[in-house]
Formats: sequence, structure tokens, C-alpha cells
Amino acid sequence: MESVGVISIIAGIIGRFWPVWLSLAAMMFLSFSFRKKLGLYGQVMGSRVGVVGVMICGFWLFTAIFADIIGTVDPRVQLSAMKNAIPGATDPETNVVFYLGGDQLARDVFSRVVHGARIVLTIAPAATLIAFIVGITLGLPAGYFGGRVDNTLSFLANLVLAFPVILLFYLLVTPGIMETPIPYVMAGFFFMFPVIFFVTLFWTKFSARPEKVWIYVAVTLVLGLWLYVGLVFDADPLGIVHIEPNELNIFVAVVFASSPGVFRIVRGLTLDIMTRDYVSAAQTRGEAPWYIMLWEILPNARGPLIVDACLRIGYTTILLGTLGFFGLGMGSESPDWGTAIKDGSKIAQLRLFTWQGVSPALALMSLVLGLNLLADALREESLKD
Amino acid sequence: MFGFILKRLGVMALTALCLSFVVFMFVNLEPNLKKLAIFQTESRATADDLNRWLERNGYRDNYLVRYGRWIGLAQKQPVMDPTTGQQVPRFRYCDDPAVPTYSGVLQGDFGCSTAFRTTVASKLGESLRATGILMFWVMITMVPISLLIGVLAGMREGSKTDRTLSIGSIATTATPEYVSGVLFTALFATGLGWLNGSAATALTQGVSFYNFTLPVMTMAIYGIGYIARMTRASMAEVMTSQYIRTARLKGMSFRAVVMKHALRNALIAPFTVIMLQFPWLLTGVVVVESMFNYKGFGYLLVQAASNNDIDMVLACGLVSVVLVLMTQLISDIGYAFLNPRIRVS
Repeated sequence: MESVGVISIIAGIIGRFWPVWLSLAAMMFLSFSFRKKLGLYGQVMGSRVGVVGVMICGFWLFTAIFADIIGTVDPRVQLSAMKNAIPGATDPETNVVFYLGGDQLARDVFSRVVHGARIVLTIAPAATLIAFIVGITLGLPAGYFGGRVDNTLSFLANLVLAFPVILLFYLLVTPGIMETPIPYVMAGFFFMFPVIFFVTLFWTKFSARPEKVWIYVAVTLVLGLWLYVGLVFDADPLGIVHIEPNELNIFVAVVFASSPGVFRIVRGLTLDIMTRDYVSAAQTRGEAPWYIMLWEILPNARGPLIVDACLRIGYTTILLGTLGFFGLGMGSESPDWGTAIKDGSKIAQLRLFTWQGVSPALALMSLVLGLNLLADALREESLKD
Repeated sequence: MFGFILKRLGVMALTALCLSFVVFMFVNLEPNLKKLAIFQTESRATADDLNRWLERNGYRDNYLVRYGRWIGLAQKQPVMDPTTGQQVPRFRYCDDPAVPTYSGVLQGDFGCSTAFRTTVASKLGESLRATGILMFWVMITMVPISLLIGVLAGMREGSKTDRTLSIGSIATTATPEYVSGVLFTALFATGLGWLNGSAATALTQGVSFYNFTLPVMTMAIYGIGYIARMTRASMAEVMTSQYIRTARLKGMSFRAVVMKHALRNALIAPFTVIMLQFPWLLTGVVVVESMFNYKGFGYLLVQAASNNDIDMVLACGLVSVVLVLMTQLISDIGYAFLNPRIRVS
């Protein structure tokens, strides 16, 4: 079998990523040109750590977007000659170069890593978003009202937090559980929160202006219920919104595992911000509690929340990797990084065909590192004010 | 103080009860029971046979009653063969009581493992011992290293040492165990050949540098960054406080200030963090033990969960939940003891 040398491998990989380099260059150019007008993001561009973080995150984001162009072959296709092929090997039939070698099922490691980015970067941010909305919707009243509401919710959050993540996943993400209604009930519960959140958000702000409030609420309800029906019942009348049952299961498990953490942070921030004068002012004006929570407290808690969101997307990426590593939820064909690391980390595999495990491991590590660096820069910059 | 501990213990018991009930519900879901029945009745059983097996062995009784039996608050009934009237044990490899008895977790009976074909208690003990050894070495390496990094970084906030060490700690928090395990094995075992990529020999031939360094290193690295960052934040805060400035102005050397005044106060917060690391370490244990073939608690959990071993998963769940709750309690009490500003009345 023919194979190309190290230099052509590196050059080839860099070449394959051309759409990413172009987009990244455009993004950095725009970010630097409008730095002064971009608020916190613009400030982050002023620190070296922040720039590196943004570049790594941007790299993986664009890789996920352009995965079809970057990948050399379909990540699931098996070219029998390429079983455990070394990096740089060329398939004799199709003449495709396997830049990072082939795995034990004769698939292209490079294409799988590239397509894995797409899976990780859709599920992780989306799950984090839902976890944040759940955590915010429950954390605000817990901190604001205190008393029995707080005790009950905090006890429940502590229950979930005392649960070892790995045990939770083994119980929640199994093929057997998809025969039961549990994942769908949980999905139905969690996906309710975004609808409730946005309806309350608009209602509290515009309830005095009926002509405006009805438009906002109607749009939220139509959009929210459309997504809700599509995601929870898999019955989208338009057939656009669709999620595989195993993906829904993973999604729900990840949201379940990370929303109590958000709850605790939001609760703590609420307790802190509640002592400020502008909250007392709003209370004296006679504003409704939910208006104060959503429009006075929440916007002022955004700094720490944005930092935490960055860290949490990284943590969710790690959780997804853990799921894949234990073969939970993801299909065995799935190109996600965790599954790839599991396949490549068996002792025999790692001894002889190191690239199969190392490539997805480096990919996952670099993405989480980028997110952590970005979070660190954001924290530094928001503390400066 | 005593009342505080008592109250915490009460909440802890309630939490453990709730969580173990949740685990109980999950492992006893219908698909799991069906799998167990298929596995136990061996060959070509009809749906009726499976149901009869489940019913005869008490799996169709009320949830609360069965949960009570598992805890040891309700009596376990002996299983009778309907044709002969003789008592038959539920599983061939474990003894069942011949008369109704209270025999549950409270009495020390954790049930019967179908995956390992022995009692849960016998298996649990040895695997916890194995994991204890691993945890001991992880703690021995992780805690001093992370405290040292944190103190050095936080001592002079914003200095070059600080920035380098901080970036380093951020990098380690970005490498979960399954990533660092792969990278370290590729580097030290495959590439350089210095270390053994498997820890299986550690239990048979004893712990050695050759077979145990990789698992310990892999587990420690993820925690180091986190604890170091907390220590750094705490140290940096202490260094800006009034009494440090007073000590400096008094003419004490920087070294003496750090050693005598700053360290003690700066290490209170990391103590809590180290204690709260245990739940995270548990995931690490599971990853590392399955990656390096080390037959401890994590390996047991994986085997039990993937082989539908109901009693074993329940026992593992209980052990991990109690462990997590104990560390939370210790960290709270320890914090109150260490920090003179906190007085629990």
C-alpha cells in the first residue's frame, strides 16, 4: 500500500481545512476591526489568552459547519483495504489519502474526527442552553422567595448533585430505557421550561401594552410548541424538526446532570443581587416579583453566567465523551469523539495503532481547552470593570 | 455543633433514602426485569414463563414492599417450588433464608450478584479495597502537587509564574481521564515503553512504579488543575488582605509572611474543594479502571450495569451515594472547624 510522508500529511490536513481558515480569518478580521463596539467580546480580543480561546472555539465551530467539505470520505463508509492503515496511507481503489490512518473497521479517522465535531457542537451547546434555562427558571424564584420554595428546590438539586454522574448515565442512558416512557416524560418536562421562560419574560415586560404582548407571546408559543412537538413526540407536522430517540435520551440525561449546577449558581447570584438598591427601588415601585427577577436581577447576573456557560459547554463536551467512552446512547457507528476514543483506547489498539485513539482525544482536549481559555479571559475582563 | 451534625446526618439519611429508592426504581424497570428473567430461565421461555418466574421470585410484589425487603425493613419470603413444595433458592449461587426473615442492607445482606455468581457483599469488599489503594496513591500525588501549584501561582498574582501555572492548570482541567489516559499510554507505554499500559498486575503481584503510575497519573491530572485554581484564588485573596500588608510593613520577609501568615488561611477553601472532589473522582475511577483493566469498584460498577446485575448496581449506587454524602458532611464540619470566622451554634 502506498503512503505519503509526514510533510505531505501535515500539508494535506492544513489544505483540507481551507474553508475553516478563510472563515476564521474573516471572523478575526471583523472582530478586531469592530473591537470597540463589541462590548465584552471586544474586550476579550484584547487579551492573548482570549484570542487563543476564541480561535480554538472558532476553529471547531467552522469545522462542524463545513464538515462535509473538509472530510475526505463519508465517516461511516468502510474501505476494506484500509483496516488499521497507518496515517498517510492511500486507498488503492479510490486513491483517497487517509491523513490520520484508518480505524479497526477500516474507516477514515480524519473524516470521523471532523464529523465528530458536528455531533459534539450541536448537542453540547444546545443541552447547555436548555440546562441554563431550566436552572435560571428555578434558581431565580428559589433565591428570590427563599423559604419553602428554596428548601424544596435546593433539596432536589442536592439530590441530583449527590448522584455520581456515571451511575446516573448508566441508569438513564440504556437501550432498555427507551422502551419505557421515562426519557419522553423527562424531555417533556425539560422542554417545557424554554416556553414558560420566554412567555413569562415577555409577559412581565409588556403586559401593560396588550398590542405588543400578544404578538410576542403568540410567536413564542407557536415556535415553542412546534419545536416541542417535534422534539418530544417526534411528530412535527412539517417534518423538519426531528431527533433520534437515542439522541433525545443523551440530551435529556446531559440536561438533567447539569441543570442543578446552574440552579445553584443562579440562586447564589440572586441572593447577592437582591441586596442591591435597584432591586429595592423596583420593589418600592411595586413591580411584580417575576418582573424583578427576569428584568432586574437576571441581566445583572449575566457576567458570571456567561463565564459559567463557557465552562459548562466544555464540561458537557466531556460528559458526552464519557457517554461515548462507555458506549452509552451513541450508536456504535457514530463518529463522535467519545466512541472513537473508546474504540481506540483498548490496550492492543493503543499499542499498535496509536493514532486511532490519540486523534479524537486531542480533538476533544483542544475544544475543551479553547472553551476554558475563553472562559478565563471573559472572567478576567468582566472583573476589570 | 453537635446539633448541627445531628441535623446534617438526618438530611443525609433522607437523601440517601431518596436516592437509593430512585436507583431501585431504575434498576427494576420492566425491560431490566424481563432481561433478568430471560437470563435466569435460560432457554426458550415464553412470555408466560418469564412472568411466572418473576412472580414466583417476588419481583411482581409491590415496589415499596420490595424496597423494604432490600433495606431490611420488610421480611424476605422464601421461594417455594409450586410442584414439590420444597424451598428453592432464587439464584443457584446464593443461599436464601428458609423462613421469612429480615435480611437486607441494614442486616448486611446486599443480595446476590447474577453477573459474578456470588453474594454482592463478598465481591464488594475486595473491589472497594482495590479502589482504596488506587485512591490512596491518587490523593498522595494529587493533593500536594495541586496545593503547591496553587500557592506558587497565587503568591504573586499576575506574575509570570502565575500566568504559566494558571494556563497549565486550565489545560489539565480540559483533559478528562479518558483523554489523558489515551495520551499518556500512547506516550509512556507505546512510545517510550517506560510504563505498563495495564494495571491488572497491580492486584496480583503488588503495586509497582511500572504498573501503577499510568492510572494514578491519569486520575490525578484532571483534579490537579481544579484544586490548584481554587488554591490560587484563595491564596491571591489572602495575599491582598490587611494583615499580610501589616506583616510586610513590620519588616517580615516575604517568605516568612507566606509561610507563617498566608498559608494557613489560604488552605481552608481548598480543603472543601478537595473533599468535594470525591464525587468527580468516582467517575474517574470508573474510566481509569476500565481503561487500565484494574478490577476495583469502577470495574464492578461497569460490569454490573452492563450485565443487568440488579443487586450489584443497587449496592454500588448505595456505596457511591453514601461516599458522596459523607465527604460533603466532612467538608462542612471541617470548614467550620478550620475557619475561625464561622461559628455554628
